[in-house]
Amino acid sequence: MPIEILMPALSPTMTEGNLATWSVSEGDTVSAGDVIAEIETDKATMEVEAVDEGTIGKIVVPAGTSAVAVNSVIALLLEEGEDASALEGYTSSNGGADSSASNDAKTEEASDVEPGKSAPAASNAPKPAASTTSAPVSPSGERVFASPLARRIATDKGLDLKAISGTGPHGRIVKRDVENAKPSAASASGGAVATPGFALPESGSVTEIPNSTMRKVIATRLQEAKQTIPHFYLSVDCRIDALLDMRKTLNAAAPEGDGAYKLSVNDLIIKAVAKGLVEVPAANAMWTDEAIHQFNTVDISVAVATPSGLITPIIRHADHKGLAAISNEIKELAGRAKDGKLMPEEYTGGGFTISNLGMFGVKDFAAIINPPQSCILAVGAGEQQPIVVDGQLAVGTVMTCTLSVDHRSVDGAVGAQFLAAFKRIIENPALLAL
Amino acid sequence: MADTNFDLIVVGGGPGGYVAAIRAAQLKMNVALVEANHLGGICLNWGCIPTKALLRSSEIYHNMQHAKNYGLTADGVGYDLKAIVDRSRKVSAQLNGGVGHLLKKNKVTVFDGYAKLDGQAGDKRKVHVEKDGKKLADLTAKNVILATGARARVLPGMEPDGKLIWYYKDALVPDTVPERLLVIGSGAIGIEFASFFHTLGSKTTVVEMVDRIVPAEDAEISAFLQKSLAKDGMEIITSAGVKEIKQGKTTVKASIEVKGKVEEREFDRVIVAAGIVGNVENIGLEGTKIKVDRTHIVTNEWLETGEPGVYAIGDVAGAPWLAHKASHEGVLVAEKIAGTKGLHPMVKDRIPGCTYCRPQIASVGLTEAEAKDRGLKIKVGRFPFQGNGKAIALGEPEGLIKVIFDDKTGELLGAHMIGAEVTELIQGYGIAMELETTEAELMHTVFAHPTLSEMMHESVLDAFGRVIHF
Repeated sequence: MPIEILMPALSPTMTEGNLATWSVSEGDTVSAGDVIAEIETDKATMEVEAVDEGTIGKIVVPAGTSAVAVNSVIALLLEEGEDASALEGYTSSNGGADSSASNDAKTEEASDVEPGKSAPAASNAPKPAASTTSAPVSPSGERVFASPLARRIATDKGLDLKAISGTGPHGRIVKRDVENAKPSAASASGGAVATPGFALPESGSVTEIPNSTMRKVIATRLQEAKQTIPHFYLSVDCRIDALLDMRKTLNAAAPEGDGAYKLSVNDLIIKAVAKGLVEVPAANAMWTDEAIHQFNTVDISVAVATPSGLITPIIRHADHKGLAAISNEIKELAGRAKDGKLMPEEYTGGGFTISNLGMFGVKDFAAIINPPQSCILAVGAGEQQPIVVDGQLAVGTVMTCTLSVDHRSVDGAVGAQFLAAFKRIIENPALLAL
Repeated sequence: MADTNFDLIVVGGGPGGYVAAIRAAQLKMNVALVEANHLGGICLNWGCIPTKALLRSSEIYHNMQHAKNYGLTADGVGYDLKAIVDRSRKVSAQLNGGVGHLLKKNKVTVFDGYAKLDGQAGDKRKVHVEKDGKKLADLTAKNVILATGARARVLPGMEPDGKLIWYYKDALVPDTVPERLLVIGSGAIGIEFASFFHTLGSKTTVVEMVDRIVPAEDAEISAFLQKSLAKDGMEIITSAGVKEIKQGKTTVKASIEVKGKVEEREFDRVIVAAGIVGNVENIGLEGTKIKVDRTHIVTNEWLETGEPGVYAIGDVAGAPWLAHKASHEGVLVAEKIAGTKGLHPMVKDRIPGCTYCRPQIASVGLTEAEAKDRGLKIKVGRFPFQGNGKAIALGEPEGLIKVIFDDKTGELLGAHMIGAEVTELIQGYGIAMELETTEAELMHTVFAHPTLSEMMHESVLDAFGRVIHF
C-alpha cells in the first residue's frame, strides 16, 4: 500500500496551510530527509521533508493550493517494489479514523470527540467547497495516529487529537503530547485571535468545562465567518396575523394517525423561505474566489440547539415539499439532533439557514453566516403591537426578521429582493399553497 | 600515521561505546573508538555474558539432578568446574571477536589504549591516547562520548586477594566450588553468583544490608525469591552487615552484624558484590566543567556533560547500570550529534531489568511502592505459575507475574516477574509500554496457547477482576 504523505503542522495551533511548491514530481525517487515541498502559513514558509524513502506515486494536492487542512493527504509515496498499479483502487484512509476510533473501548463515552459523528452547523460543506478557500475543517477527517494511552487521556481531558501535533515516531501522538496539551489551547486554533494580557482566574473561581470537538468546530468556523465574511444586515417587520390564522385552521383540520401533523410558525417560515429562494435564486449561493456557486436545489438548514451545541439539520428540496411533510421531517431531524444521532449528510450541504429565537421572546437579532452559505435569516418573536393600517391605529402581530448577508456573493439589492418576497409570502400565507 | 582527526571519538568499547560508534558510523561519521582492555566491555567479557554461560551450566546440572521428575535416568551426575569456566571464557572470546568484526565492518577506527581528554583545539576536542605509559596518538574530534563504564566497589578491609576474597572477575574464573560461601550483597550480581555456586553445591550465605534481597525489585518479588531460595537451602540474612573479615590460610572468619548482634562465622570463600563505582579517574576530567557526583559523571537528559561536545553514557553516567541502557544511550547520543530529528530523551521507566538466578527475575517500569510514592492510584494484577498449563508441563510451577496499571488512564506502569524463562517474557510488556497500550489492547491481544506468556494476559485480566484460570 502506498505511504501517505500528510500535510504537516508547523505549529501546535496550525489547522491549515498553503501548499506553495512541490520540489519533486511524480515518479521522482526520494529518501528520508529530502525536501519535497514548501508550505506556507500566515507566519512562515517551511520545507517539508520526506520521512520515508520511495517514489512519488501521486501528487494529490497540487502546488499553489491554499488552505490545505493539516494531516490531509498531499501525496502518495510508493515503497520499494510497488509500482503505479498500487495506486489503483487506492482509497485514502479518510474516515479510517472512525473505524479505528471505534475500536477504542471507550467509544460510547467518547462519541462527542469522535470525528464524523457530530459536526455542528458551522461545518456545512457542500461538495463544491472542497477545492475552495473556504475549505472546511473536515468533520470526517483523516486518520489520526495516536497511541491508545494518548487517545484515552485525550478523551478524559476533552482534547481534540486533530489539534495536537504528535512527537512520536512518524508524528504519532503519544502520552507526552496530550499530557502537555491543554483543552483551551486547541480553541485558539483560529490563529488570528490571541488573548494576550488576560490574567487567568485563580483556581476555584472558575469551573472548567472542557471543549468538545463540536464546541471547537463551532468556535473556529463562526470566528472565521465573522472575521472573513463581510456581513451586512437587512431587517423587515412581517405582520403574521393571517399566517397564525391559517396555521390554526390547518392544525384544526389535521387528521389523526396517518398523515397527522402539527404545524409550527417555523415550519411555515421554512416554506416561505423556500418559495422566496425560488423567486430570488441569487440569495441561494456560495462565494468562492473563482466563482459564485448558485445552488440548483433549495436545501434549507434549520438551526437546532442541542445540549452539546448548535447543529443545523437540512430540509432538502423544501420548495417541493408540503407544509405537513416539512413539519414532520424537521421534528424528526431535531429529535435525533438532540440525541446526537444525525448522519453527516443530514447536516452538511444546505444553501441557506434559518435561526429562530422567537420562542425565547427575542424581538430581533443578527445571526452569523453559516459558511459557506451566503445568507442566514434570524427570526424574532411574533408580538402583538400597535400598527397603522390604512391610516388607522390597529393591533397586529408583528415578527421581525433580520437577514445576514455575505456581500461578496449577494449584494444589498438582491438581499432586499429576497426579503421582500419572503415578507409578501408570509403576509399572504395563501401563497404557501401554490 | 593513520588519520587522527575524527567526527567523533568514543572512549570505551563496552555495550555503550561500541554501539554508539557503530550507530555514528551508520550516520556517516568518521569514528574513532579507544578501548584499553576488551572490546565488548565488562558486559561481554566479565559480566552479563560469561555469567549467563556459567548459569546455563548450573541450570542443566540442576535439571540433570532432577531427571527423575521427568521420568529420566541420569546416574553419576557431576561437573568439571574447569570445563564449565572454559566454556564461559570461550563464549566471551567468541563475542569479543564479533564486536571487533562489527567495528571493522562499519569502518570504525579502533585504538588499543587509554584515552584522556586533553583540552581543545579551536572548536575541536583533543584526546590523548597512550598505552603502557607511551603516547599512542593525539586525536581530535568535535564530539567525544565518554563510555568508560564502572567497576566493583571495593569494601575496605575486603580487598580482593584472588584467593579467598573474590569480586566478580574472580568469581567468574573460580578455582573451586567453595564448601561454604559468603556472598556480600544481594543485587543482581550477588544473587546470580549465589545461585550458581549454591546449585553446584556450595553451602551459601547471602548477607544484605537492607531488609530484603534484590532491593531494586518489587517487594513482592523480593519476598517470593527469598522464600524460594530459603526453601532450596540457601541462607539469607537481611538487615545485616559484614563488619570484618579475618583471613586465615584457607578460610576466612566473617563478623556478621544483625540488629546490633555480631556473630563470627567461618567461610571458605567470600564474594563481594556491594555495588559499583564509575570509572572517572585518569580520563582527563580534571580542570574541565564536567561534574562528577559519587563516582558518576553528571549529565542532562541528553547525556551532555558540562563541556560542550562531551557526552557520557552507560554505567559511568549513572544508574541503572545495565548494558541495554548504555547501548540505547549510545544510539541516542550518536543520533543527537548527527542532528537526527524527532529525538526524545530516554524514558528510564521503560528500561527492563533481568536477573538470572533460579528462579529468574525480570521487571520493567515502576514497582508498586514507587507507583504509590508518586501518588498514583493503581490497579494491581497477579497470576501464579501454578495456574499455567505450560509451566506445569515444564515442571516449573513456581513463579508469579504481577502487573501495575494506572487506575485513571489504564497505562501499564510496571510489570514484575519471577519464575522460569521470565527474562524472555518481559519484553512483551516492554513493547506494550513503549507503544503506550492500555489494558484494553493487552486484553484484546490473543496470546498463544500453551505458553508461559499466557500468564502475562491473565495477570492483566486479574488487575481488572477478569482473570480466567485462577
